[in-house]
Amino acid sequence: MSALLPIVIEALAFRPCGAAVIDGLSATIATPGITAIVGPNGAGKSVTLRLLDGLLVPDGGSIRFGTRQAADVRRAMVFQRPALIRASVHDNVALALAAEGLARREAAARVGAALERVGLARRSREAARRLSGGEQQRLALARALVTEPELILLDEPTANLDPGATDVIEGIVAGLAQAGVKVILVSHNLGQVARLAGDVLVLAGGRAVEHGPARSVLTSPRTPEARAYLNGELPWTRFAAAS
Amino acid sequence: MRMLQALADAFAMIGALDRDVLSIVGLSLRVSLAAVALGCLVGLPAGALLAIARFPGRDAVVAALNALMGLPPVVVGLVIYLLLSRSGILGPLGLLFTPAAMILAQTVLVTPLIAALARGILEDSERELGEQLRSLRLSPWHRARTLLFDARFSLVVAVLAAFGRAVSEVGAVLVVGGNIAGSTRTMTTAISLETQKGDLPLALALGLVLMTLVLAVNLAAGLVRGHAMRAYG
Ligand SMILES: Nc1ncnc2c1ncn2[C@@H]1O[C@H](COP(=O)(O)OP(=O)(O)OP(=O)(O)O)[C@@H](O)[C@H]1O
Ligand SMILES: [Mg+2]
Repeated sequence: MSALLPIVIEALAFRPCGAAVIDGLSATIATPGITAIVGPNGAGKSVTLRLLDGLLVPDGGSIRFGTRQAADVRRAMVFQRPALIRASVHDNVALALAAEGLARREAAARVGAALERVGLARRSREAARRLSGGEQQRLALARALVTEPELILLDEPTANLDPGATDVIEGIVAGLAQAGVKVILVSHNLGQVARLAGDVLVLAGGRAVEHGPARSVLTSPRTPEARAYLNGELPWTRFAAAS
Repeated sequence: MRMLQALADAFAMIGALDRDVLSIVGLSLRVSLAAVALGCLVGLPAGALLAIARFPGRDAVVAALNALMGLPPVVVGLVIYLLLSRSGILGPLGLLFTPAAMILAQTVLVTPLIAALARGILEDSERELGEQLRSLRLSPWHRARTLLFDARFSLVVAVLAAFGRAVSEVGAVLVVGGNIAGSTRTMTTAISLETQKGDLPLALALGLVLMTLVLAVNLAAGLVRGHAMRAYG
């Protein structure tokens, strides 16, 4: 299998109703592991993930995945708000395998393993929509994991989670990166970004305003936009105090 | 006084499981249930595909489908009559004035209704789930099936609306069925005929059965739906 990296985003534009939401975004993601995307509300982080997932088609520019055809990249996305069908926890995860045509036994085993990883194995027969917000988010992560993607796009995967569950998810995400899965993580939790990410991409107004190793971007941002965003955040102040 | 007597006779007929009443009710149910089943077979997938498809002219298709919900039964009956009559293109089948013709007419009546109601319901599901299902790279057909499954409890209402419309319409079954005693006489056609003839007990008995049936089915469905919605969120 040829290389997925670097992911080269070039002059990307997305203008759904005339006004640009993504406005000439360029970035080269060359390092394996976890890339964090941060930026203020409405900066275009979720739209960027959708463009990377192929759900949205750019109005200009391009995204290239190493030497690979975009269509061949096994991607999975976890949305900011998990969307679950009115069925059991198990069946929601199994839905992700539906396109693969596995034998029922094998599919069930893989679903079971994915649920085990997010700590929901014992809940597999419950109605998915009756789970708590945080449990639903863990379920959405399990559904993304079960297809064994090589690129996983996470949109604030721990936004609703309690500290314990956040630890669990962070552990899983770190484990995925260790296992060679490329992770792109949108998060407003800068402590989490500092713990997990190798590099950080700062978006503002639909453009990349800064991109570099996590440590240098978080501690000494070079652009005023990045500085404004990072300084306005409480978790960041905590991170500074801790280091 | 005459009214009360007729009502008492009507209850007596129902209580005694009168053979005329039973056969008429039986035929009505057979025709309308078959029409609704056929209507679901076509209308549910059509509604689902329309809910997920994006193509030029889609709004016009949706508007046309919504308009077809209000098809006048008598006119549907007339068109089916013309198709099935000896000189019509389906004439050689010899279906005119048979229950099959009535099923066909009611199917034409309820299919757009089911498709249009399903489209509306499934479009809400699509808004909620569509992006997720596309991200899972499911085929359009698979996405349509998943939406149908997800909205199954709400779709019950669409199916019941179709059944209610089928079982209580007169025009279509009268024109293509001919209201022949013992073969194509349904509850609605019998009620209108017996009322004209002055056989009020039979008309009232059938009216009571029809009303009870429609109310009971809707009530049961409402309860089932409420329970299921609470169970699945
Ligand atoms: N399909 C769309 N059509 C039109 N406008 C859109 C569309 N998707 C997003 N937008 C707009 O683009 C902007 C960026 O949205 P996006 O969801 O990417 O923000 P975000 O960076 O993820 O913010 P948050 O931190 O609040 O999640 C918003 O102003 C949003 O209203
Ligand atoms: Mg967002």
